[in-house]
Amino acid sequence: MSGLLDLTLTEAVRATRSGSVSTSELVSAYLSRIGRFNGPYHILLEVLEESATQRAHELDALSASERDRLPLYGVPVAVKDNLVMDRGSTTAGSRILEGYRAPYNATVVERLERAGAIVLGKTNLDEFAMGSSTEHSAYGPTLNPWDPTRVPGGSSGGSAAAVAGRLSLAALGSDTGGSIRQPAAYCGVVGLLPTYGRVSRYGLIAFASSLDQVGPITRTVDDAAVLLRVMAGFDPRDQTSLREPPPDVSDEASVRGLRLGILSSYPEGVDPVVRATLDHMTRALADAGARLVSVDLPDPTRALAAYYVIAPAEASSNLSRYDGVRYGKRKEAEGLYALYDETRAAGFGPEVKNRIMLGTFALSAGYYDAYYGRATAVRKAIADGYDRIFERVDAIVCPTTPDRPFPLGERLSDPWRMYLSDLYTVSLNLAGLPGLSVPVGLQEGLPTAVQVVGPRLSEPLLFRIGRAIERAAAPMPAPDLKEGGAA
Amino acid sequence: MILDNGAEVIIGFEVHVELKTATKLFCPCPTAFGAAPNTSICPVCLGHPGVLPALNQGAVHLAVRAALALGCRINLLSRFDRKNYFYADLPKGYQISQFDHPLAERGAVALPGTSRQVRIRRIHIEEEAGKLNHEGENLWTAQSSLVDFNRAGIPLIEIVSEPDMRSPEDGRLYLHSLIRTLAYLDVSDLRMEEGSLRCDANISLKPADFEGDLEDIPRVELKNLNSIRSVVRGLEYEIERQAALLDAGRPVMRETRGFDDASGTTLSQRSKEAANDYRYFPEPDLPPLMLEAAWVDGVRDALPMLPDAWAARMAEYGVRAQDAEVLVSDPALVRFTDAVHAQGAPFPEAVSWILGDVARLQNAHHLPYGEGPLTAPRLARLLALVQDGRLSGRMAKEVLEAMYDNDQDPDVIVETRGLRQVSDVQALTAIVERVIAENAKVAEDFRTGKEKALAYLVGQVMKATRGQAEPAVANRLLRERLTGGGSQ
Repeated sequence: MSGLLDLTLTEAVRATRSGSVSTSELVSAYLSRIGRFNGPYHILLEVLEESATQRAHELDALSASERDRLPLYGVPVAVKDNLVMDRGSTTAGSRILEGYRAPYNATVVERLERAGAIVLGKTNLDEFAMGSSTEHSAYGPTLNPWDPTRVPGGSSGGSAAAVAGRLSLAALGSDTGGSIRQPAAYCGVVGLLPTYGRVSRYGLIAFASSLDQVGPITRTVDDAAVLLRVMAGFDPRDQTSLREPPPDVSDEASVRGLRLGILSSYPEGVDPVVRATLDHMTRALADAGARLVSVDLPDPTRALAAYYVIAPAEASSNLSRYDGVRYGKRKEAEGLYALYDETRAAGFGPEVKNRIMLGTFALSAGYYDAYYGRATAVRKAIADGYDRIFERVDAIVCPTTPDRPFPLGERLSDPWRMYLSDLYTVSLNLAGLPGLSVPVGLQEGLPTAVQVVGPRLSEPLLFRIGRAIERAAAPMPAPDLKEGGAA
Repeated sequence: MILDNGAEVIIGFEVHVELKTATKLFCPCPTAFGAAPNTSICPVCLGHPGVLPALNQGAVHLAVRAALALGCRINLLSRFDRKNYFYADLPKGYQISQFDHPLAERGAVALPGTSRQVRIRRIHIEEEAGKLNHEGENLWTAQSSLVDFNRAGIPLIEIVSEPDMRSPEDGRLYLHSLIRTLAYLDVSDLRMEEGSLRCDANISLKPADFEGDLEDIPRVELKNLNSIRSVVRGLEYEIERQAALLDAGRPVMRETRGFDDASGTTLSQRSKEAANDYRYFPEPDLPPLMLEAAWVDGVRDALPMLPDAWAARMAEYGVRAQDAEVLVSDPALVRFTDAVHAQGAPFPEAVSWILGDVARLQNAHHLPYGEGPLTAPRLARLLALVQDGRLSGRMAKEVLEAMYDNDQDPDVIVETRGLRQVSDVQALTAIVERVIAENAKVAEDFRTGKEKALAYLVGQVMKATRGQAEPAVANRLLRERLTGGGSQ
């Protein structure tokens, strides 16, 4: 069985198309792994066993030529629970949406399923994707597959842990300030933040609309490229989606002649292991023919400050709709306003309330210019800063996170340290740029990763550099999950 | 309008107009009025998690038409913003509107019958909220409230005037003129009673000795004005109320007041409204609205002729001003009149028929102008028959009525009924002589000065010709014969 679970996406599609493995076999292998380990690691909030099994049977019945038209034929995927589906419930990790059954499918889910993918279940996340550890899920944290005493990162911690722990072949995440890349780095898998607008947001439960983007989490760079090709493209239901053809999939892995930006300095507090791993990798890329150019990123701490104004501001507005009247969980009370108050008081967790208050304040009359207005100006300056960097280099290779998976509970009472784990990720969301996190092996038993950043729509280039990194890095083994979890 | 205490009345309007699109502003739900509650809804207009707005280009087209007709400059780049507030009829907790960069600015509406105009400050696009039905007074005190989201997401334009009106009568003229212009564009149903057109009035009194910015005078926003009559009554009441406050040396509060139709007074609604901070910010789910100059020019070129231009044209052709005013108040009426004119009928004659018998008959048959048996070519033909002297006015009326009954061309009706006005002097002379001979006594009466006797003889001539004699000719011939004058 473990052989089946070790197949990459590309290998699995080849095997199922040829009939050497049926999609039912593949799906049931994953479902039984979920059955064993989902309890202790708390990775999926809901397992869609019945619909997945049924879909696998339907796919098995297809003819060879029908199979060949489905680029994700029989691929089991897990979907972050802030992407709506017309099956099961969609909670966004929040009590306020407990038991919410969405009346439609998110565009990305629709596209994956139309391409032959099979959704195994919905993955855990920080409530409304607000967090960097999955500890802010109203349904309890997910454990890191490499070390169950540590966080998997967040907010797409469930998706990253599912792919790392072989509970799914691939997964969808969403990234508002690092929510795909940081957990991918913490779990030792590949995570892509696509260019803003590359992938439709229709059906993604909004956190901060101008920053949110859906992306793939996979075991290999090739797998991410195959998924992105299916996910990407204009969607008339999302008018911020780009009228760009989906990027081609290639196997190009040469960095010869590429100008790669490397950081000239690191702020205090960057984990020495992260630095050493990165230096090692950039030297390997130089050996493979890349030209390293020193660059300074637009000030990451200013980016973090701007992010923590803009994201809560948009969130405060996006979360106004949850009042317990039309859908979601209602707290009955005397009178309409009491019902609103109590529903929201009981339905939202503390981190979400913090951000609603922060954002409401930042948009208030008299404070707008000082907060939202200035943050918007900083955002523009960051985007301009990247434009200038990309006049000199083709891409940047930098840390995904300044740190490595931290112990559960360590930062819950220290939000600023929690926010710092997004130091190298948030500025890409602010600038709308793509970023790819690629694992580079285990150090002291924990995964580390590097991030490749490119100009808008440069995903094919990021995949090419990502493949070179994969080849230069130690291969990632599979984590040894324990049935007892952290116990 | 200057009050006894020297204060000047300052009035401005915010008018919301529902656009007549087939579907809502951001989703494909139909917009039909009167559907069963909560049947024209979808995840988007209910504000379900994960949905996004997709702008209806048809609404943009109608909004641009309206803005151009009101003389506005179109901003080729405008933006959408979120207006955040919490209310039970607002599914998302915010309304998508336009704040800093509206669709159009700087237009004007002429006040009919004056040489003045009211400037339009801006026109922007926004979405409608749902509709609440309370079992009780309002959301806070009702036993229960029901919400119908059919209306949520219907496209609106908000037309904001400058405070250029100086009396309730100015306000009435402004709304009349605004609605009349919009009626030509077919962009909205414009029904105040159904809420497809709503207006809020801002009113303040500028004391005689006030100098400075009008914005600094505390003004009252008047809501719940469901007819033009309510607008006038509400404004009149507010002028009295505010003037009394000023006379008593008490301040006028800046507040929102609702007009109460039953009592004709206004009541403060301020508490809940004034505290709102809408926390506007750019709508991240919609890209800026970019319009091409050539497209806007195309919309401008396709605008129909508007009421002011129609009135000028009518005047040129000799239509009386008050008739022209009646004609241009209804675009179907003016278009019908113009079509009759285009078929060769002179304007003044056409107008007098249309405002008379045609109006009566169309109304009696519940037909809009231009629809039903009376087409413009038929009416023009009828008028031509009168013009040629072939039909008398009375015959023409008969033919007109017959057209409604039989749906036939006037010539066919004239033919089948044998209608033909006899104005041929030779043919009539014989008949006149016969009538005089047969009514010798009456003829004698006339000769001895009984003027009335002539009318009887004319009647006899008409009778003898089965009504086809032209009365004026019969009259003239009789007079000649009886007085011995004449051309023989």
